[in-house]
Amino acid sequence: MQSLPRRLGVAVVVAVIVVLASIKLNTFRDYQIAEIAIEVTAVAGLTLLTGLSGQISLGHGAFMAIGAYTTALLLMHLSWPFIAVLVLAAAVTAAAGAIVGAAAARLRGPYLAGATLMLGVALPSLAYAYQGIFGGDQGLNVAFTAPGFLGATFPLTRWQAWVSALVALITLMLLANLYYSRIGRNWRAVRDDDVAAALDGVNVAAARILAFVVSATCAGIAGALLAIVTGLVAPGAFTLTLSISLLTAAVIGGLGSLPGALWGSLVIVLVPTYVTDVATSHGLSSSVGSNIPVAAYGAVLILVMLVFPQGIQGGLRRILTLFTGPGPKTPTWRHPPTPSAEQARASQHEKEGTS
Amino acid sequence: MKRPQHLIHRARRRRWQAAAIVTVAALAAAACSSSSSSNSTSSSGSSSSALTASAPGITPTQILIGSHQPLTGPAAPGYDLIAPASAAYFSYVNAHGGVYGRKIVYKYLNDAYDPTTTASVVRQLVLQDNVYALFDGLGTPTHLAVVQFLNSEKVPDVFVASGCECWNSPTADPETFGWQIDYVREGKILGQYVKQHFAGKKVAYFYQDDEFGQDGVKGLNDEIPASMVVSKQSYVDTNVNIAPQVAALRASGAQVVISFSIPAFTALLKLNSLKLGFSPQLVVSNVGSDAITLSGLLEAYAKQGGATVNGNALTNGIITDGYLPTLGDTSNSWISLFSKVHQQYDASAPFDGNVLYGEGVAYAFVQAMFKAGRNPTRADLVSAIEGGLPQGAAVAPYAFSSSDHAGVTGAYIGVIKNGVLAQEGPVLTTDTSASGAITTYTGTEQQASASGIPSP
Repeated sequence: MQSLPRRLGVAVVVAVIVVLASIKLNTFRDYQIAEIAIEVTAVAGLTLLTGLSGQISLGHGAFMAIGAYTTALLLMHLSWPFIAVLVLAAAVTAAAGAIVGAAAARLRGPYLAGATLMLGVALPSLAYAYQGIFGGDQGLNVAFTAPGFLGATFPLTRWQAWVSALVALITLMLLANLYYSRIGRNWRAVRDDDVAAALDGVNVAAARILAFVVSATCAGIAGALLAIVTGLVAPGAFTLTLSISLLTAAVIGGLGSLPGALWGSLVIVLVPTYVTDVATSHGLSSSVGSNIPVAAYGAVLILVMLVFPQGIQGGLRRILTLFTGPGPKTPTWRHPPTPSAEQARASQHEKEGTS
Repeated sequence: MKRPQHLIHRARRRRWQAAAIVTVAALAAAACSSSSSSNSTSSSGSSSSALTASAPGITPTQILIGSHQPLTGPAAPGYDLIAPASAAYFSYVNAHGGVYGRKIVYKYLNDAYDPTTTASVVRQLVLQDNVYALFDGLGTPTHLAVVQFLNSEKVPDVFVASGCECWNSPTADPETFGWQIDYVREGKILGQYVKQHFAGKKVAYFYQDDEFGQDGVKGLNDEIPASMVVSKQSYVDTNVNIAPQVAALRASGAQVVISFSIPAFTALLKLNSLKLGFSPQLVVSNVGSDAITLSGLLEAYAKQGGATVNGNALTNGIITDGYLPTLGDTSNSWISLFSKVHQQYDASAPFDGNVLYGEGVAYAFVQAMFKAGRNPTRADLVSAIEGGLPQGAAVAPYAFSSSDHAGVTGAYIGVIKNGVLAQEGPVLTTDTSASGAITTYTGTEQQASASGIPSP
């Protein structure tokens, strides 16, 4: 069992790398570090939800919106310190996650996908309905400044990168603890076979709801970070595209894997910028050049799924086993989840039939 | 699904994982380390004073400016022609001596009309590419996402491609300037026309539910008595199903529908109306009414739905307004200049209202750069515009001053006939206040110079 000190060690090393990178690289890279941190925070929660507890969500953008709007409103009207705002934003999103989770625990497969999809589409439009509170399409401006002790010339973007990366690392640490804890085992048990889990004394509904709460909280924290990094909270930022891109990152990285959440986030954030740079530097016409990043995104998606059906993390593990020999094999719970327990049982029967 | 059962060498794997994370993170960091801007300070000798790297993005040989544009996504049809048209005019200027010898390099990135992407690409332009100014950033919801950032970074944010009144707040956003006529003025001018020409008719509004549509409605309300308005329907640009709104418009019995919409939604409004046998007089704001764009969209959308329509026949009779000369007016000096530039540098695109806009706004930028001086700082550009700009291609003067960052102050009413916009009546100017009168503009319009380059 992976120990807490070791995880802490990895986190510290990553933190040092982030700080060094942010000082050495230009401020736009700082912004990208912040973007990656935001993405990874949300994706980590989603990858646990889908990969571990076997529930799907197409509406996580809505939870990000809840976190972001809570942050914006608190900073605007009460000017709390950010740490307090972050905690409250997480709490509010957790409450929303509990409500949705209670409904979600009763739904499976396409029905759950449909319900969460509806949430993702409908919730941000509340901002249009209550323009007085949420500022309508124009959204709410978020004032966030670097603390005075860093000096007047310290770039705000770097401070934003540090805060985001720190919050993301802490979130990942806590999730890793959950992953290896009894709660994580319960989720996997529920995912693989809810009847068997119930027979073993696992409260299936409670486990599912808790997974939703944890995952929504992560999205809420990511939303809070998004609010302070972009300085604006507007419904246009929380479209269905966002929810889908979170799920995409989780799948590309490897469902159910926390390092996978990082790989997926790196792909989602860096590939479009990189491809745009390449496309513009080769002087392609704008009608071609502007569509290349979209095409590249699709190509990466297809490639990853073809070459690494278990995501980048799954692929890396496969490559590593080439070096370490056939000894350590992937344990069951590291596989991508089955969409539903019924299908898992069905595939199990198939296997038994053939072997 | 495979279910292997075996012992797991977890500790070993964990060590591998930790090592892998660190290695890849380090690699990523190394790969990302791009060169930051290298401003060469070599001075090239010239007549009066040497050209220097006087500001970020300015070198002795070039001026780097950036923009965010919807090259894909819901706002792309039509609007994706704007930035290439601006680039075409800059190429023309560059080929004719540039601005004090410097060439303008225009880097525009695609934000797909998505504010989150806008926030990202604009930071790339400012923080990584070190652009001198942000020029003609397109869209109300998109540009709102970066106004605060640009102003805190003190980057001139000139000539936003949107008529939102929100660009005109010199105290809060001293770096930001509008250019085209704002939607409130436009709403007032269109509203007055409807009030005068469709007295006693039932009027309905169809508008984008954001600052764009709301500003327009504000202007319309200033002029059209509430008793005339039978229905107000809005849409959001992410949902193309506007059938419910169109059904409500039809049910209201509206005889005139005034639409503050982007081209895609003007086309959808027309097609949805057609489907319901509903044919009110359409009055469309300038940004949603380019005849060539609309005609193309109508034919494309109808084709997707398995029908064939004649785009030009459907746009016939649409009432709109214009603040640049009409495309059909070939005797106009601006039209002949911009048409010449278009032929030379951007011939693959149709010469439509978007192209005209793109070149017109680029002309205004070159005017401002000449006025900002030989070795301008960023602040010099802002004060140059605040000092006022000559009218250029616009049909009415700019409002620019230190206390007003709004652009063109007037427009004429036009009607689309056989795919071409025809001017009806004089140029009207007004302000953004509810009580401000709408007056006929009596000043003379500027002619394009023979060289096609603004004089310093």
